[in-house]
Amino acid sequence: MILKTLVVDAQELERRTGWVIKPEGACKGEVCVPLPTMTGTAQVDARVLAKRLSMPLLHDEVHDVWCLGPEAGGHTLSSAVLPDIVLPDLEGNPFALRELRGQKVLLVAWASW
Amino acid sequence: MWQTLRRELHPQGLEIVTVALDTAGAEAVRPWIEAANPDHPSLIDQAHLLDELLGVVNVPNGVWIDEQGMIVRPPEPAYPRRPTSFRRLDSARQDLVEGELSPQQRRAREVRGEVRKIRIEPEAYIAALRDWVANGAASRYTLAPDEVMRRSHARPPEVAEAAASFELGQYLHRYDGDWLSDVRTIGAENYYPPLDL
Repeated sequence: MILKTLVVDAQELERRTGWVIKPEGACKGEVCVPLPTMTGTAQVDARVLAKRLSMPLLHDEVHDVWCLGPEAGGHTLSSAVLPDIVLPDLEGNPFALRELRGQKVLLVAWASW
Repeated sequence: MWQTLRRELHPQGLEIVTVALDTAGAEAVRPWIEAANPDHPSLIDQAHLLDELLGVVNVPNGVWIDEQGMIVRPPEPAYPRRPTSFRRLDSARQDLVEGELSPQQRRAREVRGEVRKIRIEPEAYIAALRDWVANGAASRYTLAPDEVMRRSHARPPEVAEAAASFELGQYLHRYDGDWLSDVRTIGAENYYPPLDL
């Protein structure tokens, strides 16, 4: 997750990583990790997330840009239920995978590199 | 490649969704998608959503999802056939040059060595896929939720860090994190783990 500042918007965090900020802390699947007292649940400091959730936080000094990486440890999937994934097609039209409920789906990730 | 398989299996209830992980976005992959001219959804994941939500760390990776929206096989290598680039390297003649190797030749030999470690079994994967399409939940290739979670990519700190530096490098179009160094960081056997059908 690329960050221009160390203040992470909670909605953006949920969309990008599946971690939800609640009063009890950062939650994903069955797991909740307490976070230090916060003024609200709308924003979180990336350094706190990095430390508490074992996410790497890299900084490119030249461009002053951060990258908050995926959490280390455990297994990536905390549930076998497919998350609600919505991604755009070539023309930018969003497509929700839930539209395919009722069919078997093979999801293939590829890249041109 | 997938389009042919889709034509065969779609009437039997399978849809294929391809997702391009190019950070450069739609314009980077447009030529490929337009050439393939697929009937199935072809999406773009510029922001690494699939990595963060499903643990997709490499390509090509396949995920199986059943009719109820349950993941029955977590991300794993999914090749319809052994990649052309690998086949070329497999058959490249070794040690063409006597004596001292240039840095480029040494690098090429290292790459060949890494590629040779990579086991890809397209026939086995496609056969398993067909079995699932024909037999659904009765297929021995579908996994229970506990197994799906257990098998989903365990992420040691160095792999998480490599994923972050890879994303940062792509964002900055800084490709000095080249293929060989990424493979060495993560380990060829983790980058392309063997199929566990």
